[in-house]
Amino acid sequence: MLETLVFSGVVAAAVGVSAGYLGSIMVLEKMALVGDALSHVALPGLALGILFGFNPLLGGFVFLFVSAVLIWYLGRVTKLSFETLVGATFTLSLAIGILLFPNLDALEEALFGDITAVGLTEALVAVLISAVVIGLTRLIYRKIVLGLISEELATSKGINVARINLLYLLLVSLTVAVGIQITGTLLVGFLVVTPAAAAKIVSTHLSRYYTLSAVFGLVSAVAGILLASFFNVVPGPMVVIVGIIIFVVALIVRWRRKIGS
Amino acid sequence: MAEDDANADYILNVSNLTVEISNQLILNNLNFKIKRGITLAVVGPNAAGKTTLFRALLNLVPYSGKIEWIGKVKIGYVPQILSVRDMPISVGEFLSFKNDSEADIKAVLASVGLSAETADKGLAALSGGQMRRVLIAWAIVDKPDVLLFDEPTSGVDLDSEEAIYGMLRSLTVKNGITLMLISHDLHIVREYSDYALALNKCLVFFGESKEVMKPETQRLIYGEPICREYGDIHA
Repeated sequence: MLETLVFSGVVAAAVGVSAGYLGSIMVLEKMALVGDALSHVALPGLALGILFGFNPLLGGFVFLFVSAVLIWYLGRVTKLSFETLVGATFTLSLAIGILLFPNLDALEEALFGDITAVGLTEALVAVLISAVVIGLTRLIYRKIVLGLISEELATSKGINVARINLLYLLLVSLTVAVGIQITGTLLVGFLVVTPAAAAKIVSTHLSRYYTLSAVFGLVSAVAGILLASFFNVVPGPMVVIVGIIIFVVALIVRWRRKIGS
Repeated sequence: MAEDDANADYILNVSNLTVEISNQLILNNLNFKIKRGITLAVVGPNAAGKTTLFRALLNLVPYSGKIEWIGKVKIGYVPQILSVRDMPISVGEFLSFKNDSEADIKAVLASVGLSAETADKGLAALSGGQMRRVLIAWAIVDKPDVLLFDEPTSGVDLDSEEAIYGMLRSLTVKNGITLMLISHDLHIVREYSDYALALNKCLVFFGESKEVMKPETQRLIYGEPICREYGDIHA
C-alpha cells in the first residue's frame, strides 16, 4: 500500500509540475477550455486498450496525438478557432468512448483515475515524460509568448508560430495522457488550467507566473493523492479540491494586496 | 559601380510592388526609393494599404514585384496592436525578448524618460503614455537600422502625443535609424517627419512632409486616387 502511494506520489508530482508549467501558456493563450476538453479525447483510446488488451494509456495518447495534429491542421485550413474544433472533437470522442467501454467500473476508472494501478514502471515513465515535456516547453516558451504578444512580430523574427503551436499541442497531449492515471480524463484538464489561473492572479512577472503555476500544479496533485489515500476515495476530485483551495487563497492574496495599495 | 554609388545613400528600393489578398487588390504597382537616415511618414485614408505595405516590407504577406533592402539592414517593427495588457510580464522581461543585456535595458529606459525601476513594473500597471514609451524602448533596444512603427501614439491623449513623437524623432536621429511610421495626423507628419508617402491602394503622393498641409496635396491624399508611377527623394 505504502509502495503504491509513493509511486502515485511520484507520478502526481511529475504530472503536476509539467501540467502546471504547460498550463501557464494555455491560460495566456485564453485556451483554458481547450486543455479541459482535449483530455476527453483520450477516452476512446483508453477503451480500445481495455478491449484489446494493450496499455490503455498508450491508446489514450495515440488518440490525443492524432486529435491534436488534426485540430492543428483543420485550424490552419479552415481558420476556425481551436476552441471550436476541440469542442466538436471532444464531444464526439466522449460519445464514442462511453459506447466502447466494456463495463461501468472501467469507465469510472478512466473518468476519475485510479492510483492503485500505478507501479515503478508508470512512475519512471511519468518522470521521464515530464522531464522531456518541461525541457521542450522551456525551449519554446519565449517564442510562444512573443507569438501571443504579436504573431506578426514573432513571424518577422523568423519564428514559425504554427509549427511551435503544433509542438505545444503535442506536449499537452503527452502530459494529459500521463495525468489521466491520477485524475482521470474528466478532471485532468483541471491540472492544466487551474494552477496557472491561480498563479496569474498573483503574478506581475512572467518568471514568477510560470514558476508558481508549476508549484501549484505540484501541490494540487501530490496533496490530492495523499488526501485521496487517507480518505480512501478516487484521487481526481481530491486533486480538484486542493487546486480550488489554492485558487481561492490566490484570490484572497490579490484582494488583500489591492486593499493594501 | 556607378549604380552602386548611386544606391549608396538609399536604404530601400521598391519596384512594381503589388499585393493581392483573397483576390482583392490591396497595393497596386508601388515604386519608390528611400534614403538612409530619414523619417518617412506613410499616410492615407483608411484601408489604403498602409499596414499592408509594412507587412510586405517585412515579408509577412505574399507580394509580386521587388523589395530590396540595400546593404545589411536590421529591421525593427512595432505593430499597431500588441496583446500585452493581460499578460503577467514585467517591463524588463518584455524588453529582454529583444535584448537580454540588463545594461542596455536600463540605458534604453533612461533614453525614453523612464527610471531603471520601471523594468520591475508589470506592463499591465502602466499608464497609456508610459506604455507608449516602453514600446519606443522596445523598438530601439536591439539597435535596428530601420524602424517600422505602425501608429506610434495609438490610444494616447493629444498632450502626450507630441512629446512621444518628439522623443521618437530625436532618438532615431541620434542613433541614425531610418524611421518609417504610419500616422493619420497630418500636423504630426509635418512636424516630425522629413518626407511623406501617401497611399490609396497605389502611390498618390511622395514628397517633403511640409507639403502635406497644402490643400492641393490633401486633395491628392484623400481625393479620388490619381496614381503616381514613381516616388523618389532627391533631397
